[in-house]
Amino acid sequence: MNHLPLIIKREYLTKVRNKSFIIMTFLSPIIMIALFSLIGYLTSINNETVRTIYVLDETGFLSESFKSTEQTIYTKVTEVDLETAKILANQENAYGLLHIPNQPIETVSSVVKFYSEESPSLSIISSLESTLENKLSELKLQNNGVDLALIEASKTRIDMNQESFEGVKTSKVGSVMKLIFGGAAGYLLFMFIIIYGNMIMRSVIEEKTSRIIEVIISSVKPIQLMLGKIIGTSLAGITQFAIWIVLGLVFFIASMSIFGVEMSQTQAPQQALVSEALSNTDSPDKIQMIFNEFSTLPLGNLVIAFILFFICGYLLYSSLYAAIGAAVDNETDTQQFMLPVIMPLILAVYVGMFTVIEDPHGTISTVFSFIPFTSPVVMLMRIPFGVPIWQQIISLLILVGTFLGIVWFAAKIYRVGILMYGKKPTYKELFKWLKY
Amino acid sequence: MNNLLETKEVSKYFGEFQALDAVSIQVPKHSIFGLLGPNGAGKTTLIRIINQITMPDTGLVLLDGEPLQPNDVKYIGYLPEERGLYKSMKVGEQALYLAQLKGLSYSEAKKRLKYWFDKLEIGHWWDKKIEELSKGMAQKIQFVVTVMHQPKLLIFDEPFSGFDPINANLIKDEILQLRDEGATVIFSTHRMESVEELCDHIALIHESKKILDGKLIDIKRTYKTNTFEVGLVSDDKMALKQLIEAKFKVTPADFKSINDDLKLNIALDANGTPNDLLAFLSAQSQVLHFKELIPNASDIFIQTIQNN
Repeated sequence: MNHLPLIIKREYLTKVRNKSFIIMTFLSPIIMIALFSLIGYLTSINNETVRTIYVLDETGFLSESFKSTEQTIYTKVTEVDLETAKILANQENAYGLLHIPNQPIETVSSVVKFYSEESPSLSIISSLESTLENKLSELKLQNNGVDLALIEASKTRIDMNQESFEGVKTSKVGSVMKLIFGGAAGYLLFMFIIIYGNMIMRSVIEEKTSRIIEVIISSVKPIQLMLGKIIGTSLAGITQFAIWIVLGLVFFIASMSIFGVEMSQTQAPQQALVSEALSNTDSPDKIQMIFNEFSTLPLGNLVIAFILFFICGYLLYSSLYAAIGAAVDNETDTQQFMLPVIMPLILAVYVGMFTVIEDPHGTISTVFSFIPFTSPVVMLMRIPFGVPIWQQIISLLILVGTFLGIVWFAAKIYRVGILMYGKKPTYKELFKWLKY
Repeated sequence: MNNLLETKEVSKYFGEFQALDAVSIQVPKHSIFGLLGPNGAGKTTLIRIINQITMPDTGLVLLDGEPLQPNDVKYIGYLPEERGLYKSMKVGEQALYLAQLKGLSYSEAKKRLKYWFDKLEIGHWWDKKIEELSKGMAQKIQFVVTVMHQPKLLIFDEPFSGFDPINANLIKDEILQLRDEGATVIFSTHRMESVEELCDHIALIHESKKILDGKLIDIKRTYKTNTFEVGLVSDDKMALKQLIEAKFKVTPADFKSINDDLKLNIALDANGTPNDLLAFLSAQSQVLHFKELIPNASDIFIQTIQNN
């Protein structure tokens, strides 16, 4: 008797009808939007603060290079000594006082000093420093008889054109897009495993604590129950994600039409990277360029690999979650078993974020894209950069092999664990269960 | 084939621990079979093997003379000791789900459930969640889902725990009725009075081994000690007692009576007959009470286990 469809249906319906599931589905996008708006709002408040900086320039030729902006006002003080200037700045609630003692150009750089009540912000200090550095460098060049206009005219910008040996043209925009695609795929898998793996685990524990488990497995094989649970919960997860994506698109389109350009102010780091890449490009038609790049992505490969690696990776981890749920009696006991499951997952994301960006085909990223516990995430991040098909197939075969092994292992633990109550098992006992 | 279920030399190890040691039982058709034993003896393991939840290491389980098949679960209704239902699921939905897992079609399951819900007068619970019901109410639902697919073998592990006396009686009557309608019942319990009341066959498992089995009446016959409980009226009870003690093995007895009589248990040797004893006693005194002592299930249980 194949009860799998029946079990999947029940698991799916119970999850989807659950009140907290429904609330989370509709509330979390709102919370996310609220959070981003809050961050955006706080950033804008921060940027609106106006700071006054007093400049006491005893040399007389440096203060003119400090130009007031909306956020920073430079007030030049003259004809007073340092102590009076300090008192003055303090009285007027200025952010600080920049003191440039009367020294020749060659030595003045070592004696400038910034006085302030609190420790000054790093960005202010570095802006002051760079202004001074630029001005002093210019002055020194002029003193040595160099024509500044000549220097300005000889400045060159390079935007490297890239082409692979096979003749495929790429660019920085392309790399950034690949990064986004790979990163999003890998990160999506990571989130999916964490959220829905936990859900599976909780649902197994629930069956144990409500003691229905023995009734159920007198009718169905434990492995059917386990697979039904995993698939049913995953379908619920896909439903939730689909709703989120639709809501996200609706919100995005709505806000684009209402706020227009304002959206670009609250940028995620990756978006900043894109716009930076875009602004550095002198191409007249940037949109056209993005579409060109998009079409050079290995889209077919990307989609198929995404589906395969996503499913295998997710099933691999979720059967481990199911086994953990079966081994314990309540959620607080899961901690010691969670760590070895979470560790490779986090490792995969870090490897993906740091080494794949640096060198998508380097030794570390390549090795990790073959190790089964990290391969789904790392390989998904690598694929947009073009991974040979044979590598993908081998990695997938290793993954499927491991997946089958893990399901066998998890099913053993599950089969024994669901009927064990009381004491929290040790790793040694789990190992013994394999032989039952 | 008179046995619905047979286990042949079933053994099961959990690691080093032997949970069952070559246990063979025969459960006759239409009987109520009591599976007895102290805690941890291996009863639950044996029941789980019959339900194909656990697989035996060696040995064979036969249902209707055929080795057990995975599909046979639909012929078995099992009420485990550790039982429960999905707390946040509605009663009707849940019962339908469990019925379909047992192989019933949706419409068939619905029809049967309606019959049982009407019979036990619990139809108005259909849309309630289990967590809204009391423990006893949930137990009734549990009973219904155990029997609704009309299994030919019913296995109850401590079925009366959690029921008040009225509902326990109701369930007991249902079990008897199911037996009369053709089901065979395996019944695992510690409550010896219900064994006495319900079971016609028993098997006793102790420390992973079956140490006793057979028809309850036959077992009682072999366990009786030819001992008689008597109540005698006499003017001089001390003298009477000494007189009897000189001839028989005597222990004090304790039973309720309205007279001030001498109460004794008198054991006869293998050749002694009750008529001889009665003749002897009636010559000395007025015999008000005379009854053969038949061991009850509880005595047999304790005695057998202590002897092992």
